[in-house]
Amino acid sequence: MARTAKKNPVDRFFSVMTAAAAFSVIVLIAGILYVLVSESSLAIGRFGVWRFLSSTDWDPVRQSFGALTNIYGTVLTTVLSLAIAIPLAVGIAIFVTEISPNFLKGPIGAAIELLAAIPSIIYGMWGLFTLSPIMSTYIEPFLKKIFSGVPLIGILFQGTPMGIDILTASVILSIMIIPFTASISRDSFNLTPAVVKESAYAIGATRWEVVKNVVIPYSKLGVFGGVVLSLGRALGETMAVAFVLGNNHRITTSLFDAAATITVTLANEFAEADSDVYLSSLFYLALVLFVLSFITLAVAKFFLLKAERKYSR
Amino acid sequence: MAGKIELEVKGLNFYYSGNIHALKKINLTVYRNTVTSLIGPSGCGKTTLLRCFNRMHDLYPGNRYQGEVLFQGDNILSGGTDLINLRSRIGMVFQKPTPFPMSIFDNIAYGLKLKGVKKRAELSEKVEKALVHAALWNEVKDKLGAGAYALSGGQQQRLVIARALAVDPEVLLFDEPTSALDPISTAKIEELTEVLKKDVTIVIVTHNMQQAARISDWTGFLMLGELIEFDRTDKIFTAPSEKLTEDYVTGRFG
Amino acid sequence: MTREQIRKTEGFIALSLSTLAALGGLFWLVFILGDVLVHGIKALHIDLFLNDPAPPGVDGGGLRNAFVGQLLITVCATLIGVPMGVLGGTFLAEYARGRKIARLISILADIMVSVPSIVIGTFIYAVLVKPIGHFNGWAGAVALAIIMIPVVLRTTEDMLSLVPWTLREAAFALGAPYYKVITQVVYRGAATGILTGVLLSIARVAGETAPLLFTSFNNSFYSLDMKQPVASLTVTIFQYAMGPYDNWHAQAWAAAFVITIFILILTITGRLIIKWRYK
Repeated sequence: MARTAKKNPVDRFFSVMTAAAAFSVIVLIAGILYVLVSESSLAIGRFGVWRFLSSTDWDPVRQSFGALTNIYGTVLTTVLSLAIAIPLAVGIAIFVTEISPNFLKGPIGAAIELLAAIPSIIYGMWGLFTLSPIMSTYIEPFLKKIFSGVPLIGILFQGTPMGIDILTASVILSIMIIPFTASISRDSFNLTPAVVKESAYAIGATRWEVVKNVVIPYSKLGVFGGVVLSLGRALGETMAVAFVLGNNHRITTSLFDAAATITVTLANEFAEADSDVYLSSLFYLALVLFVLSFITLAVAKFFLLKAERKYSR
Repeated sequence: MAGKIELEVKGLNFYYSGNIHALKKINLTVYRNTVTSLIGPSGCGKTTLLRCFNRMHDLYPGNRYQGEVLFQGDNILSGGTDLINLRSRIGMVFQKPTPFPMSIFDNIAYGLKLKGVKKRAELSEKVEKALVHAALWNEVKDKLGAGAYALSGGQQQRLVIARALAVDPEVLLFDEPTSALDPISTAKIEELTEVLKKDVTIVIVTHNMQQAARISDWTGFLMLGELIEFDRTDKIFTAPSEKLTEDYVTGRFG
Repeated sequence: MTREQIRKTEGFIALSLSTLAALGGLFWLVFILGDVLVHGIKALHIDLFLNDPAPPGVDGGGLRNAFVGQLLITVCATLIGVPMGVLGGTFLAEYARGRKIARLISILADIMVSVPSIVIGTFIYAVLVKPIGHFNGWAGAVALAIIMIPVVLRTTEDMLSLVPWTLREAAFALGAPYYKVITQVVYRGAATGILTGVLLSIARVAGETAPLLFTSFNNSFYSLDMKQPVASLTVTIFQYAMGPYDNWHAQAWAAAFVITIFILILTITGRLIIKWRYK
C-alpha cells in the first residue's frame, strides 16, 4: 500500500528528501575516506604504506614522518585502559544484575549513565589538575617501589614519575570506557532467561556459580561485542588523553614516560603544521586511525548483531 | 500405602513482595516414593507452593514465608537452612526446557562438578546413568559433546530431568514439565515419572487434570491460594469431599 | 574446609569484588563531579558571562565570547543535524522499511556514532577550511552536525518502528498519502522519543572538543560572524587548562562546570522522558 501512495508528487518529493538524508551516511563515510586518502597522497607518495607504518621518525625539521610511535602510543594506552576497565566493568554489571538490592540498582545504573555522559574534555582536565598530581605523588612512586626491581615487568616502572605519562592517560581512559563496557555487559547479562538461572540454582549452584557458568557463557557474545566497541572508542579518544600524555614521539618502555597517540598528535600539531608534507602526514595519521577504528567498530557491531539474533530466537 | 513422610507442610503462608498473600494456611503431606500432583486454576498458587519446597522465592527480594515446611523432619524455612545443600537434594524441572549454554555432557556433569566430582571416569559413568534413567541415552550417546541447544524440545526436557537426576536428589519438583511439549514427548515423560518414583519422591504441578489422574498417587487441589482438598488421586477424581473440587475436576468450572 | 565451604568462600570473594567494582564506579563519579563542582563554583562569577577575555596574564575578564560562540555553533549544528537525522531515520523506518539498504545504512550509522570525532575534524578541515583559507564557525557547526546525524537518525528509526503499523493502516484507510501519514500521524506518535534523541545528541556534541580544534578554532574576541573563527567553551577549556596562568585555570574550571551541568541536565531530562514515556 505504501507503493501506490507514492504517486502523489508531494509524497514523491518527501520520499526523495528522506532517502537523500539517509544516504548522506554512506556519502559521508565514503567522503571521509576519499578526502583523507587524497589529502594524504603526498605523504603516501613519499613514505609509502609499510615504511610509514613501521617508521619511528617524527621529525618536522627534516620532514621525515612515520606512524609507529603514534600507533604504539595508541595501542599501548588502549590495551592498558581495557585491562583496567574490563574487570571493573564486568564486576559492575554483575553487581547491578545479580547482587544489588533493588533500591541500589537505580542509583548505580544512573551513575554509570552519567559517567558516560560527561564529556571527554572534563575527564582530561580533571586528569591534569587532580589525578595527575595524585599519580605522581602517591601511586606511581608506590608502584615503582614495588615493581621496579622485579625482572621483566620492572622495565615498565622506570624513570621519575611525573604524572604526565602513559599510566595516567590509561587510567583516565579506563574511567571513560568503563560505562560503555558496563552498560553493554549489563544489557547482555539481563538477556539470560530467569528460568535458566533458576534451574542452575535448583541444582544447588551458588550465586557466583550461576554467574560464572550460566550468565557469562550465555551472554559472552554480547559482552565481547561490548568490549570491542569500547576498544574502538578508546582508540579514537582524544581529549581525555591529550591533557596528560605529553607529546613524545619516542617509543618508550616505561609507563612513567610521556608518549603520543594518533589522536594527541593530531590535536597538538594539526593546526600548526607548517609544511605540506607535515600536514599530509597528519592526514595520513588520521586515515590510519579512521581505518583502524572503522574495522574495530565493524567487528564489534558484527558480534553485537550476532548476539542479538541469538537471543531473539 | 502411606509410607514414610518426605515433606510436611504445616500452616504455610506465603507473601510475595508487596505483601501479596499468595498461599493461605496450607497443610499437606508428601509421602516418600510417591507422585503428588498439585492442580487448580491459573493463579491458584500451585507453582508458588512448589517453589517453596526448594526456596526458589529467596532469589527475589521482598518475599516472605510463614509457617513450616518439614523436609525429612527438618524445617527448611528456618533461618539456618543451607540453600545450596537443600537445592542439591531437591531438584526442579521447569515448564520450558532450560539447558545451559554448554555441551550435553557438561550440562549433566554440571551439578556433579559442583559437588566436587572431578574424575572423568566417574563423571562419565554418572552422566550415562542419569541419561539412561531419563530415557535419553540412546538418542544422545553418540553426540555427548554437541551443544544442548541442538536437541529437540522433548529431548531438552529429558536432558534437564537427567541433569536434575545426576546429583541423586531425594525429591524432584516438576513445574508443568510437559505443557510446552508435543503429545509423544509428553507421554515419554509421563512414563518416566512412573519409573523415577522408585528412587525419588515427585511433586508435580500440572494444569492438565488427566495428567494428574494418570500419573499421581496423591492430588492437592488449590484455589485462590488455599488448599481446598488433599487426598488420594482416585478419591479426588471419583469422590471428592468438597463441592469446589468436584466442580473443578468435572470441568464445570472456569 | 569442606567442598561446600570452599565454593561458598569463592562465591563470597567474587561477589564482594564485584560490589567493590560498583562502589568504585560510584566513587569515580562522585570524585570527578565533586571536583568540577567545587572548583567550578569557586571560580564562578557574573563577569565570566559578561566580559570578554582579558589579555593573557592580566587578571579579570570573562568568557562571554566562548559562551556565545558555543551556543552559536551548537544551534547551527542542531539546525543542520536534526532535520537530516530525522529525515534519514524516516527513510529507514518508513519508505525503506525491511529493505536491505535500510539495514546497511542503519549499521553504518551505528558505526559512525563511534568514529573518532577528531577524524571528522580533519575531514572538515580539508573540505571547509583549507579551500576558504581560514578557520570558520560554519566548519565547526558542520563537524558537530556530522556527529549528530547518525545519533538522531538511529533514534528516529527506532522510535518510528515502535509506532504500531495498524496506526498507519488506519490513516491510509482514510485516503491519506504516505507523507501525510508520516508527518501527521507517525511523527506525532513518536514525537517524545525523537525529542529525547535530539536532546541526547545535543548533549553529545555540546561537550565535543576534538572536531572544533581545527575547524572553528578559537577567537579571543566576541564575534557572531560564522565565517570567521568562533570561540567555544570546550576549546577554551583546553587552551586555558594547558596554559600557564592561574586565572586561566580558574576560568577553565568555571567553564567546565557550566558545560557539565548543561550536559547532565540534558541527559537526565532525556532519560526521565524515556522512563516516563516507555516504562
